[in-house]
Formats: sequence, structure tokens, C-alpha cells
Amino acid sequence: MIGGAFRYEFLQAYRLRSELVNPVVFFVMVCAMFPLALGSNAQLLAPLASGIVWVAAVLATMLSLDQMFRQDFDDGILEQMELSEVPFYQIVAFKILAHWCLTGLPLVILSPLLAMMLYMPAESYLSLIIGLLIGTPILSLIGAIGAALTVKIRRGNIVLALLVMPLYVPILIFGSTAPLMAAEGIVPAAQLLWLAAILVLMATIAPLAAALSLRVNIYGS
Amino acid sequence: MNWVWFHKWASPKWFFQKTDALVLWFGFLCLILLTVGTVWGLAFAPEDFKQGNSFRIFYIHVPSAILAQSIFMAMAISAAVGLIWRIKLAHIFVEVAAPIGASITLLALLTGAIWGKPTWGTWWVWDARLTSTLIQFFIYLGIISLYQAIENRDTASKATAIACLVGIVNLPIIKFSVNWWNTLHQPATFKLTEAPSMATEMWVPGLIMMIGFYLFFAYLVLIRMRSEVLEREKRSAWVREYLEKKDVL
Repeated sequence: MIGGAFRYEFLQAYRLRSELVNPVVFFVMVCAMFPLALGSNAQLLAPLASGIVWVAAVLATMLSLDQMFRQDFDDGILEQMELSEVPFYQIVAFKILAHWCLTGLPLVILSPLLAMMLYMPAESYLSLIIGLLIGTPILSLIGAIGAALTVKIRRGNIVLALLVMPLYVPILIFGSTAPLMAAEGIVPAAQLLWLAAILVLMATIAPLAAALSLRVNIYGS
Repeated sequence: MNWVWFHKWASPKWFFQKTDALVLWFGFLCLILLTVGTVWGLAFAPEDFKQGNSFRIFYIHVPSAILAQSIFMAMAISAAVGLIWRIKLAHIFVEVAAPIGASITLLALLTGAIWGKPTWGTWWVWDARLTSTLIQFFIYLGIISLYQAIENRDTASKATAIACLVGIVNLPIIKFSVNWWNTLHQPATFKLTEAPSMATEMWVPGLIMMIGFYLFFAYLVLIRMRSEVLEREKRSAWVREYLEKKDVL
């Protein structure tokens, strides 16, 4: 059942390839906006690069959150999953994992390219990639709670953003300061370890909270 | 221990009848305390030797900032109570307290900005405390918009309660991250004045204002909870009886 749920997600994504690509295109476009707005001065952009990439990653993830549960909720598949003998939170956890593989991971893979376009110093690359690798799953996990809470709301996108964005602040802070530390020659172990700690915490809480929220929405009370 | 007294408070009817007199008392007391505190603090408390008269906004800023945090804490506890024991009154408290909490947080932010101009020379600093209060304000707004957006009332109550609990888990992390980020970037030129060893005649009106603010919150919450209870129980016999006695029907 678990493997089936996982395969189902990928099959769904494969059949809607254009939706799969959208967050990635959005990510690249947002990053490209900044040099156009701020001027293409390398000296100006280099210290801002990590912040720009992180903000773009957060926005791109947020854009994709709304679709995490909505379609399955609308056509009743989620209800059938809830009724199956597999604990619901496990299915939800795998859905979140699939969401990260399909939206978070492509952002991580693309990030060095964008960092290069924004003149990020060479010493910062590793901490940016590691930070995104730990940080984007947290974005999917926290986002899953928001997506589950707003699954019943028509045009819930803006409510979802309002709800989730304040909770993204710590990840944004830790993630975007790590490359700055690295640029100054300091190993940003503290930031990355903090991100890892938050990831462990959220991986424990978020599937349970999201499953509970979905159940509240499925049964109406 | 006998828990009957606790269970009784979960009944909307009991709550409504027992708080009838309480509301007036809270209103009366907070009126007295806020008046005394404001007049004492703004007119009679001694002037700060460094900040002059501008420090007097302390008597509004500090109580509102502390109250804003307490309200969020109370909301989270109440949300947990509502989810675990399925007590509707607890959910009502969360829904009713959220807009009050948001406005008190906004008051703390605005008075802080007004205080910041004469003392720091700027309206806004990305200082740790200011930033985390701002984010707390955003969390309040997110919770309110979630509650407003869901049509079914039961679903909305539970979803709001879950959002509150997720928010309270995140609040320490946010505080910590902001504190830390602040020490990385912000030179220590601006700092919230560390609790000065105040003169007694200076902090006593502050304490009065603080108690007054808490009572004001209790007063507002009770009024709003009572009207919400009346609306939700409008089909029950005791509400009709109450309204008939009041000569409304």
C-alpha cells in the first residue's frame, strides 16, 4: 500500500508534466527578476545571492503546496486512503516525501546554476546546497499542514500563504545566513545543524498534524 | 479530586449564567484600573532623567506587548483543551480571542514605533524583539483568515485549533532564529532599554496598567464569548427563556 501510494504520486505527476515544471520555472524567473530590478552589479549581487535563492525557493514551494492534497480530496481518493488499513499519517508522510522529490529536489539541483548567475562567491556553494537539501523538506512538511488545513477552501491559496509564511521565517533565516558565514570563511555548522534539528522535529510532527487536519476536513467535524 | 466544577464550565448554559455578573465586575474594575493607571502614569509619575516625557508610552507599550504574548499562549492551551476533550467553549475562546490578540499586538508594535522615534531616532529597527513580535502578528492574521475562510463552523474550529498548536510549537524556534540572526547582523547600537531598576513611583502605575490590560482582555473576551454562545445555542430552550425574560422576543 505504501509503495503503491508513492508510485501513485509519481504517476500523477508524470501525467501532468507541465504542472511539475511550473514551480521550477517560477523559481528561475523570480531569481532572474532580482538582477533586473537591482542592477547587474556583481559586487551588489554577490552578498544578496543566497537570500535571493532562498526567497525564490520559499515562494516556489508555496506555489506548489495548494496542489498537494486538493485533487485527491476533491475526487474522494483521500477518503479511501483514510479508510484503508494503513495508518493515515504514514500515507500522508509519503505524500509529503513525494511532494519534496517532485518540487523541492529540482530546486536544490538548479540552485548552483542560479547562484552562479547571481555571482555567489565560490566558498558559499556547498553550504547553500546543503542548506537547501535540509531546508526544502522542512518547507514541504510545514506546508503540508497548511495545505491540509485549507484543502476545503475554494481559492485557499492566499490563506495558505498567510498561514504558512510566518512559519517559514526560521528556515529562511538559517538557510540564507549559512552561505554568508561560509563566504567569510567560517564553517556554518550551527545554522545547518539547526536546520537539521528543525527537520527532525517537523518530520515527527507534520505528518501527524497534516493527517489530523485532513481528517477534520474529510469528516466535517 | 472532584472535577465536577470543571465539567460544569464546559456547558454553554452554565457558562452563560455564571458569567452574567462577572462581566460587569471585570468591566468596572478595568475601567477604574486603566483610568488610575493612565492618569498616574501620564501625569504624575516622575519624568525619566534620560528620555524625558517620551518614556511615558511605556505604560501602554509594555502591558500590551506582554498581554499579546499571554493571549497567544492562552489560545494555544485552549485549542489543546478543545481538541482533546472536545469542549466547544474552548474553541469559542480561541476564535474570539484571536482578533483581540491581533489588535493588542498591533498596539504594541505601533506604540513601540512611536517610542522608538524619539529614543532611537527611527521608527523601525530589525531588532530581535520587534521582528519576532511582527511575525507573531502575522501568525495571528493567518489564524484569523483561516477561521474566516472555512464555511463549516465545526471544521473551522478544529482547523483553527490545529493551526494555533502548530504556531505555538514554532514560536520558540522563530524567537531563537531571530535572536541569533540579529546578533550576526545588527550591531549593538540599538537595544531595547534593559529593564532599568525603576523607582517605585514609576513601576507601580505600570503594574496597575498591566492588571488593567488583563482585565480589559477578560472583559472583551467574556462579552464576545457570551454573544457567540447565544448565537450558537439560539435554538435551545434556555436561550429562549433568557431572551423572553429580557423582553427581547
